[in-house]
Amino acid sequence: MIETTGYARTRRTLSATAQLLSALNLDGPLLVALGLLSLYGLIILYSASGQDVNTIVRTVMRLVLGVAAMLALTHAKPHFLRRLAPWLYVVGIVLLFAVAARGVIGKGAQRWLNLGLFRFQPSEIMKVAVPMLAAWHLHERPLPPDWKSMVALAMIIFLPAGLVAMEPDLGTAALIAASGLLLVLMAGLSMRVILISLLLAVGAAMLGWNFMHGYQRERVLTFLNPQTDPLGAGYHIIQSQIAIGSGGVFGKGWMNGSQAQLDFLPERSTDFIFSVVGEEFGLIGLLALLALYLFIVSRCLWLALQTSDTFSRLLALSLALTFFVYVFINAGMVSGLLPVVGVPLPLVSYGGSSVVTLLAGFGILMGLYSHRKLVGS
Amino acid sequence: MPSPVRIKDRWNEQRILTQRTLGASIIIALLTLTLIGRLVYLQIDRHDYYVELSQGNRVRVDPIPASRGLILDRSGHVLADNEPAYQLELIREQVPNLYDTLHRLSALRLIDPDDLQETRRTILARRSFDVVPVRLRLTDEEVARFAVHRYEFPGVDLATRQTRHYPYGDLAVHALGYVSAISEQDLEHIDRAAYAGTTLIGKLGVESAYEKLLHGKNGTRQILVNAEGRSVQRVGAYTPDLSIDPPVAGEDLVVSLDMLTEQAAEDGLGDRTGAVVALDPTNGDVLALVSKPNFDPAAFARGLSVREYAALANNPDKPLLNRALRGAYPSGSTIKPVLALAGLTDHAIDPNKLIYSNLTFHLPGNSFLWREDHTGPRGPLNMEQAIARSSDVYFYNLAYLLGVDRIDSFLAPFGYGRLTGIDIAGEKPGLLPSPAWKRTAFKRPQDQVWFPGETVNLGIGQGYLLVTPLQLAHIAAELAERGKSFRPRLMIGTRDANGHMTPVAPIADPPIAGIADSSWDLVLQAMHEVTTCQDSPLFGHTCGTGAGAFKGAAYQAAGKTGTAQVYTVARSQRLTEHVAEQLRDHAWFIAFAPVDKPRIAVAVLVEHAGFGAQAAAPIARKVIDAYLLRQFTPTPPAGSAAQPNSTATPGAPHAAEHPPAHAPHPTPDNPL
Repeated sequence: MIETTGYARTRRTLSATAQLLSALNLDGPLLVALGLLSLYGLIILYSASGQDVNTIVRTVMRLVLGVAAMLALTHAKPHFLRRLAPWLYVVGIVLLFAVAARGVIGKGAQRWLNLGLFRFQPSEIMKVAVPMLAAWHLHERPLPPDWKSMVALAMIIFLPAGLVAMEPDLGTAALIAASGLLLVLMAGLSMRVILISLLLAVGAAMLGWNFMHGYQRERVLTFLNPQTDPLGAGYHIIQSQIAIGSGGVFGKGWMNGSQAQLDFLPERSTDFIFSVVGEEFGLIGLLALLALYLFIVSRCLWLALQTSDTFSRLLALSLALTFFVYVFINAGMVSGLLPVVGVPLPLVSYGGSSVVTLLAGFGILMGLYSHRKLVGS
Repeated sequence: MPSPVRIKDRWNEQRILTQRTLGASIIIALLTLTLIGRLVYLQIDRHDYYVELSQGNRVRVDPIPASRGLILDRSGHVLADNEPAYQLELIREQVPNLYDTLHRLSALRLIDPDDLQETRRTILARRSFDVVPVRLRLTDEEVARFAVHRYEFPGVDLATRQTRHYPYGDLAVHALGYVSAISEQDLEHIDRAAYAGTTLIGKLGVESAYEKLLHGKNGTRQILVNAEGRSVQRVGAYTPDLSIDPPVAGEDLVVSLDMLTEQAAEDGLGDRTGAVVALDPTNGDVLALVSKPNFDPAAFARGLSVREYAALANNPDKPLLNRALRGAYPSGSTIKPVLALAGLTDHAIDPNKLIYSNLTFHLPGNSFLWREDHTGPRGPLNMEQAIARSSDVYFYNLAYLLGVDRIDSFLAPFGYGRLTGIDIAGEKPGLLPSPAWKRTAFKRPQDQVWFPGETVNLGIGQGYLLVTPLQLAHIAAELAERGKSFRPRLMIGTRDANGHMTPVAPIADPPIAGIADSSWDLVLQAMHEVTTCQDSPLFGHTCGTGAGAFKGAAYQAAGKTGTAQVYTVARSQRLTEHVAEQLRDHAWFIAFAPVDKPRIAVAVLVEHAGFGAQAAAPIARKVIDAYLLRQFTPTPPAGSAAQPNSTATPGAPHAAEHPPAHAPHPTPDNPL
């Protein structure tokens, strides 16, 4: 009797929640995973920032801003986004040129645009605008794309990526390029072209070496052998590996990571926060973190496949895969698998406009999913 | 060629996207597995290695300075110990504006304005996160003054540290030495590793000579540091075991000084310039060692400002000069007992033969007349009388009879012109002149000749002969012990924590041999007569030159007065009042007591005091009284320092010392 009542009440609550989520065009599992990830992020950020409440408050404010953007974008219908794509892209390109022209100097690189109220990285727009325009381009065309299409796509992708790389912000440039290239790959690019491109890329990399800035070359060299310069360029990666390795299976405990708390680990609340997780929560903490990320990526891929038009699918797949690229580059970097490029750990690293961009991306993705039937027929 | 119209094939599209998504998922899985593999490698396989690295990262070894050993006098009075004191410390990287901060500290009178440059240089020479002491030993008032303004000085703070403390102030400072901040020169000869963490190092005296023993062994402590090398407190549960290697405190040294005797000597000298050295003739123990003026050792431990140091170094009275060890003066008449022994031993003279003195002497074949002061004894004198009443004429003659070579070979074993070998540094050897010395010491050939008149001067301890107060005390001790010689020493043992003393054996030097007992008897009797009056049928009632000072003494003493003529002032100097004082002779007195079983030997020198009997002998009396009778009444501050003998030696000096009034300065123009 009592059980039945309780069961009924639970069912009612669940169905009410489902209705609410549906009305808001949100996906429950994804939302829960994102919430857990943000919470995990806040917990580790509190420790990594040296128990700085200000950092937490600012991060929460950014999360709120991101959630607002997400809630707004879930209502955007696919055809609206498609129409928006060229305009957003053009605005982004103009802003990138503006940054190049009169950007505010930040950390020796010109990345920020001061909009009076807040500073803004135009490259963040391109993380969404590039896959949107690429998806827009392919929407009316049959897949896989033909050669003409691919030339157009290459221009769409590499113009902003090149501008961002010149800022110079290699990490973001790589992410922008990745978001576009992944989309093209998903669109059925033939294997032959992929192989040829890879060979070309290697050639380009060798050529690009000559045009690299000193510190960029250093990063590559340090990646290849961090021990050569333990106090200079190799310092970051060595200290990061010490942090992760000394954490062991169970970690040293929250706020007890000596590498992080005693300032040995550089950039510990931003690019190297993954190492703090590894040091304080150990392998278990890292696996839990990776599990959350994998769940989010899988859910996004699943949602993407459910959408009904080419634009939606390509854009959603690109957003989902770029998210994984984010995670892998950051984790690979701090654990010594990849060179040190300035890519933050999504939704966990402190700072930047990336939290807002990411949540906006998830908003777009959920909107594309929930509006699928309207475009379906 | 018309391109075929490509129709969007939704089914095909769906297939492509699904396939590719599947492919992407596989790649994602593979990449994730690679990542996990890497993490497992780092966190499981290499865990121990990285734990070691992370610990090495944050543990730094910091020195713990050892507590410096105490210095105790022979009865256990503490002469030097350690006490906590406030010091002002600065960490450069926490100071917003170093220049401004130092100037404001100076405005608060916490740093001497003259030291600003030096302090700033010192701070800038250290690492930015090093704690640099900018002022040592703040007074309570200064601590309070800083405390009020503390909030205005980020990066500057008060800290307590052990500093050296001398409970008796400047007493015996020339024997004990002092400690001060380790200088750049010190760094060159010390083991820097062993001194890491030590701020003060011994300078001069016992503090310097026994630095090794006093310093002890610094310990180490592992401390947690952050990446900038700064000590941090906050680290939670995952704290490694921090090891501590405790420091070993320095040895507590027992020195031979007797505080009562030392106080009596310092009080006796008062404000006058001079030196007193008292030795135990049976083992060489330095019972008292005074050089005046002196200085406050605490000022050095506190850290002297540039101006304070300049004031000390440029003081015309030279308070930093240790006159007891480094002041070289003509010996004056104190040489006479030794010369008498030489005459007896070499049979150059019959001690009973009467020599008639009319206060003049001239060398055969030389027109120059040596005049003795009118206070000198006239009439017939035997050797005893000549010593007791200090006849110059008698010893001019004896020196002439002996000749310079025999004098030199007899004086040398007593230690004239040679270091006594005392266990603290800085001693000067004085000078025992000889024809051989003269040939090498002078450049001009006409100066390299030894003139017979110089031998005559040597007879009363004038001329080139130079001795230090320590040497004369040592010689007095040798006379007291009839030739037995012990090396003067300050360190007589170490004391452990339980108060148990480990003594150090005295060092006996080869005794002075070849002197007949009868010779000793005669000379020592004569020295006894210096301090007494006697009646004899031949000479009537006569008093020794030191009899006044030793009137009523409760023991039998032996002594000898001396007056050292001041040669050093150039004749061209105008005879202003000041110069006149500078030209006045130095007063000497050597003594030992009791005569039959000597326990103390003393040498007193008072600069520019004139007659030895008047100025120096009463001080010797005071010192001996203090040591033998344990009696010492400090001169009341109101009492004139010029009359220090009012309590200890009642009665005015009976016989005034008579200096060789016109002992000629040997010059080429005036060959003696």
